[in-house]
Amino acid sequence: MTHLGFQFQGQDFVARASGALFWPGEQALIVADLHLGKSERMARRGGALLPPFETRATLERLAIDLEETRAAHLIALGDAFDDDIAACSLGCEISALCARVHVTWIAGNHDPGAADLPGQQAAELHRQGITLRHIAGESCDISGHYHPKIRIAGQRLPVFLIGAQHLILPAYGLYTGGLDWQDRVLQALVPEGRAIATGPRALMLPLPPPAQASARRGRWR
Amino acid sequence: MRDNRDHPDLPIPLSRWFAAQGWQPHAHQLAMLRAQGDALMIAPTGGGKTLAGFLPTLAQACSGLPDGMHTIYVSPLKALTNDIGRNLARPVADLGLALRIEDRTGDTGSTQRARQRVDPPHILLTTPESLALMLSYPEAPRIFASLRRVVIDEIHALAESKRGDQLMLGLARLRQLAPELRVAGLSATVENPQALADFMGGAEIVRADPGPAPDIAMLATTLAPPWSGAGGAYAARDVMSAIAASRLTLVFINTRAQAELFFQALWAVNDDNLPIGLHHGSLAREARRRVEAAMAAGELRAVVATGSLDLGLDWGDVDLVIQIGAPRNIKRLVQRIGRANHRYDAPSRARIVPANRFEILECVAALQAVEAGELDSDGRSGLGALDVLCQHILTLACAGPLDADQLFAEVTRAGPYATLTRADFDACLDFVATGGYALRAYDRWQRLVLRDGLWQLRDPRAVRAIRMNIGTIVAPELLSVRRGPRGGAPLGEIEEVFAASLSPGDTFLIGGQTVRYDRLRDMVVEVTPQPDKTPKIAVFNGLKMATSTELSARVLALIGDPVAWESLPADTRDWLDLQARIATLPRPGTMTCESFARGGWWYFALYSFAGRNANQTLGLLLTHRMEGAGLAPLGFVATDYAVLIWSLEPVSDPAPLLDPEGLRDGMEDWLAGNAVMKRTFRAVATVAGLIQRNLPGARKSGKQATFSTDILYDTLRKFDRDHLLLQITRAESMRGLADYGRIEDMLRTRPRIVHSMPPHVTPFAAPLMLEAGRIPIRGAGQARLLEEEAARMMREAGLRMDEDCAI
Repeated sequence: MTHLGFQFQGQDFVARASGALFWPGEQALIVADLHLGKSERMARRGGALLPPFETRATLERLAIDLEETRAAHLIALGDAFDDDIAACSLGCEISALCARVHVTWIAGNHDPGAADLPGQQAAELHRQGITLRHIAGESCDISGHYHPKIRIAGQRLPVFLIGAQHLILPAYGLYTGGLDWQDRVLQALVPEGRAIATGPRALMLPLPPPAQASARRGRWR
Repeated sequence: MRDNRDHPDLPIPLSRWFAAQGWQPHAHQLAMLRAQGDALMIAPTGGGKTLAGFLPTLAQACSGLPDGMHTIYVSPLKALTNDIGRNLARPVADLGLALRIEDRTGDTGSTQRARQRVDPPHILLTTPESLALMLSYPEAPRIFASLRRVVIDEIHALAESKRGDQLMLGLARLRQLAPELRVAGLSATVENPQALADFMGGAEIVRADPGPAPDIAMLATTLAPPWSGAGGAYAARDVMSAIAASRLTLVFINTRAQAELFFQALWAVNDDNLPIGLHHGSLAREARRRVEAAMAAGELRAVVATGSLDLGLDWGDVDLVIQIGAPRNIKRLVQRIGRANHRYDAPSRARIVPANRFEILECVAALQAVEAGELDSDGRSGLGALDVLCQHILTLACAGPLDADQLFAEVTRAGPYATLTRADFDACLDFVATGGYALRAYDRWQRLVLRDGLWQLRDPRAVRAIRMNIGTIVAPELLSVRRGPRGGAPLGEIEEVFAASLSPGDTFLIGGQTVRYDRLRDMVVEVTPQPDKTPKIAVFNGLKMATSTELSARVLALIGDPVAWESLPADTRDWLDLQARIATLPRPGTMTCESFARGGWWYFALYSFAGRNANQTLGLLLTHRMEGAGLAPLGFVATDYAVLIWSLEPVSDPAPLLDPEGLRDGMEDWLAGNAVMKRTFRAVATVAGLIQRNLPGARKSGKQATFSTDILYDTLRKFDRDHLLLQITRAESMRGLADYGRIEDMLRTRPRIVHSMPPHVTPFAAPLMLEAGRIPIRGAGQARLLEEEAARMMREAGLRMDEDCAI
């Protein structure tokens, strides 16, 4: 299974193994935290010169997701660019992307005001009673920012966290670390629900996973 | 003004000082004083090596030294610099010399560091890493201009790792800054002194009298060793008796976890409450220093220790060394024996305790090697590591602009880099400057830029981060383990790789107790003690010292020669006998293997004798080929002597599996994507400066600031296969964790495959089946495992997997 369907707020969604979210009802492909241009930003700041291929690798993966879902609308949930300068320097690649699909860039903390981007820019979007934004807020929403990860069978994988109120996407970009789903911040947002781990294939798990739940019950007794 | 009667080379005050101590200078000490150029001294432990290294400095100091740095002493351990400082203080005070001696290590405070940059001491005691750091200062030419001597202690130990390469590069720079510099290398007994002299860039070899032959034997134990395991706890009472009968005993054991366990086992039978201490690298520095001080003060009767105590501390009254577990390496055994009996002219006394049946063979073989005076060849040879050269270039760039031609000439004066090609040098420089990618992406943001013919840092602010990442020791990422949900008592640290392999409910051993893994939170592993349970999983220790090629060959020769069995205990002889009757005994020149069925699974045991790391690689390669052949391998375990693989289908013809060409292809294609290679890459990328472990002002948070180097490795393999760091990683995989070079050797020297199909488990295979550290196969079955685990959780939670939504 390269993708798994699920419901959130009464809407059908598809979590793709790549880490992208497809919303068939809106014909929208949603991705979070692409962090394009990360290697260049690190180099610019005098740091290590990382392999400069992550933007290409990420955009290639995105092209496949767009092709397979035939999405009409691409929504990037913030931190699409590692910083505003990166957004400017990637002009060609971004123009090519926006020529094939309608793109909405939601502002993130890394790229609060990327100027002169082709496509639409927004602080947040509202669709079918759901808010799309970078960082999860009060109302029910789809967001990114935290780069959630989960450990399963000895591997640490990027993961979708699906709660009653919040749907949090894994980071789509290549050079991104992550926050364990057990972290307090994430537990507060999605105390229970389901997780879909990404990687070679999409895998659905209950949240919290049962072994953890029984361990906790054991302590309470 | 010379004393002509006894030692014409010793200044009179020094001569008198020796006499006042009741000492006679050793011939090799005087030889070091006479040496005109660089010298390498080979002397056994207790031979007064360090004093010999410092004699020329003390002799010159007798007639007064000008201000400025005169001598640098470099040792592999911070603890040694403390010790040497104390030992030097006495003659310096007795002789009334106006010498300032200071140490400079990672522990030195910032005030003292700053002062040392302005006003260097006469004698600086330091480590290779701290020296490299000082070479990154713009003031380095002024600090080191007056330098006359460098003393490198335990150079045989440094030469075995990248730290030695780094030190030799630093030395080449020092020679450039202070052309009159003379270098003294101090080494324990090694197999090939000339190779070590070449490593120094050429030196006169001074050999000390090796002293009388050691008194070394197996410790007589009341119980026979168990079939498997490495703890040696069965012999605790016998070791206790030996301790009680001696003045001060050093008990060496191979790993930290084993040291903990054996220490507990000893105390459990310590009926007389003899003072016994513990010393290993996971203990806090203060705890280690307390044990060292108590030892020096004669307050202890025994110390249980790992390699952290291996190097030349001053052993005072040690009169017995006990080695628990097979020594793995003849040279190390000899050096450890040397600890016993500080008196250079009396034989040292040592006893070995094999931890299991296979180790009896290894211990006997090691004793025979010691008797024959045979040592293992040096692990590393050939060209110095290129990732270290990359770091060196970056380090020097912090001090000031670099001329590529001059730097190349300087670097090739370092022993390990004497045969470095200009092309390799240029590739390293290019990597440091531009990243060295086929895609020239960083033209605007190069790390080094060429201005007026000189290479310099584009952004001088980068200096701080570069300095913070100097060093070639890449420790595994450690996570702390705590009891209970929040802020419980800390129990110790485990490798992140090991933590990642745990599922909630798994039990493992830490700090001598069994605990259950509950969860990982904020990068802390939370556990619950499970006092009654036996641990399900042994702690994975990463790179373990593998039995050396020479010792493995001796073990194989011993097994293959029934006449030689005379030297073995009776139950060991019976064991070999039984193996010969049921299956086949391994012999030199042959690759012996066997297949048998048990409990519905097939087992394939290969007696490869290639050492633990190579055997682990062999296990990965063989299971991969078995998967391709449809034999459905399920897992394997590797020891120093053998690989045992279990599968659903039998291996009936091992020849195609062991085909050298096929194994080589597996190495190129499949193993390249394996975790072992990724770990190797991580070390290379860290040393070369592709990733920075330490960042200025980095704060600790749950969110991993850095992403896995695995991603960088995969990205490079996909987009830039010939990148310098991938080339270095492939070269490194021939030794170290992958140790592929030994598999090649094995295939070459033992071409004849002998395969038997015994009716049941064989005497040799039985201990392997009890070994801890089984490795599950993560090939094609991995996805299935993940799916099954996910499905199980969903079922357990009473949830239904939603329909696959095909698009």
